[in-house]
Amino acid sequence: MNFLALAAEILRKDLRIEARSREGVNTLLFFSALLVFLFRFALGPTEAQVRQGAPGLLWFAFILTGLWGMARAFQIERENDCLEALRLVPGDLGGLYLGKVVGGCCVMVATELAIVVMFGLFFHLDLWPAGARLVPVLILGTVGFVAIGTLFAAITAHLKAREVLLPLLLLPLVIPVLLPASRLTELALAGESLGAEPHWLRLLLVFDLVFLVLGYLTFPFVMED
Amino acid sequence: MDRLGVTLGLGAGALVVAGLWMGLVQAPPDAVQGEVQRIMYLHVPSILTAYLAFTVVLVCSIGYLVRGTRGWDRLAHASAEVGVVFTAITLFTGAIWGKPTWGVWWTWDARLTGTAVLFLVYLGYLMLRSVVEDQDRAGRYAAVVGILGFFDMIFTHMAVKWFRTLHQPSSLERGTIDEAFTLPLAVNLVAFLLLYATFMAGRVRLAALDEAVEARDLGG
Repeated sequence: MNFLALAAEILRKDLRIEARSREGVNTLLFFSALLVFLFRFALGPTEAQVRQGAPGLLWFAFILTGLWGMARAFQIERENDCLEALRLVPGDLGGLYLGKVVGGCCVMVATELAIVVMFGLFFHLDLWPAGARLVPVLILGTVGFVAIGTLFAAITAHLKAREVLLPLLLLPLVIPVLLPASRLTELALAGESLGAEPHWLRLLLVFDLVFLVLGYLTFPFVMED
Repeated sequence: MDRLGVTLGLGAGALVVAGLWMGLVQAPPDAVQGEVQRIMYLHVPSILTAYLAFTVVLVCSIGYLVRGTRGWDRLAHASAEVGVVFTAITLFTGAIWGKPTWGVWWTWDARLTGTAVLFLVYLGYLMLRSVVEDQDRAGRYAAVVGILGFFDMIFTHMAVKWFRTLHQPSSLERGTIDEAFTLPLAVNLVAFLLLYATFMAGRVRLAALDEAVEARDLGG
């Protein structure tokens, strides 16, 4: 099967599973709402404090929900030994990687949007002017996170200590993506142009690309048995 | 220990002693910081050795993924372990240096944070290796971390140039270091590199023996 066809097939399969079970979306939405409430308890009733820390808090929430989403992407494959079947797929395993990355990005960006909307609603942030800049930042940050996250989710899927190991490996490595993403989120929320600090945008783009290419190249070795 | 390890060890030991004497006694104190600056003779060589160690991890990881022979993997594993030790030395000496000059043991400066992150990345590398029992699998998984980790290292090193930091930029790269300091620093650097080679020789040998014992047990 050709590379893109395989990617599309994997994506279609994962989205169909999600559409039928709704397990992921329901859990993630509930968890996101809970996080927004926890922020309120952690930071006290003053909204100024929450607003000041908004970019960091948002990315913190994205990471927590993202970790869960990443782990799930490969745990659904454990049932009925689907992972074994996937290994046998003829053609480029990179297509499997790409499909999982795109699927992971879809789920994560959707969750992020839900979190941002709830955040804006409960803490009275005016999101409309920021939206046009915020969405591309979210997508770019998510791509880098998912590019490595998918790789490590595949690695840790069949390890016993996977719940601990996934964040332990993933979080230090994605800092070159998280740092610029949260800084650009700050700019977007403040209504400033992303071009105001072009080096952050460049950094984010470069690491997105580096992580995607490395993920694509190393994924077949991770899937080998 | 084999002859290579012993030779390297003796050479490293002699140069470490010489380097310490040059750094602590022979070199003049810094014009601004005074005696405290002497910690540079440990701090700078240790991070440079760690950088080398993690670069070796990258090369050997790629080598292992491409060739699949155990030798590459043993080298990568050993280098990661030694690199983590030298990163720890950098963090510790940095903290000791930071207290009298900046007034704090630790500050959330880009370079400090970056180095700590680097430490965590390779600790994760070692932890991943320890939980995967199958050697080949552990090697393949770790190689992926080893390759990605290298790019984090570049990020960390560039951090000081990109962000405004409390940590001074590298005097070596700017060429603002006085000649009186360069020779002791160079001797210490060579001493650390030999120390690295000694640890590597010992660690790789140990790993090979380990695997031989395991293979014999399985075979018997």
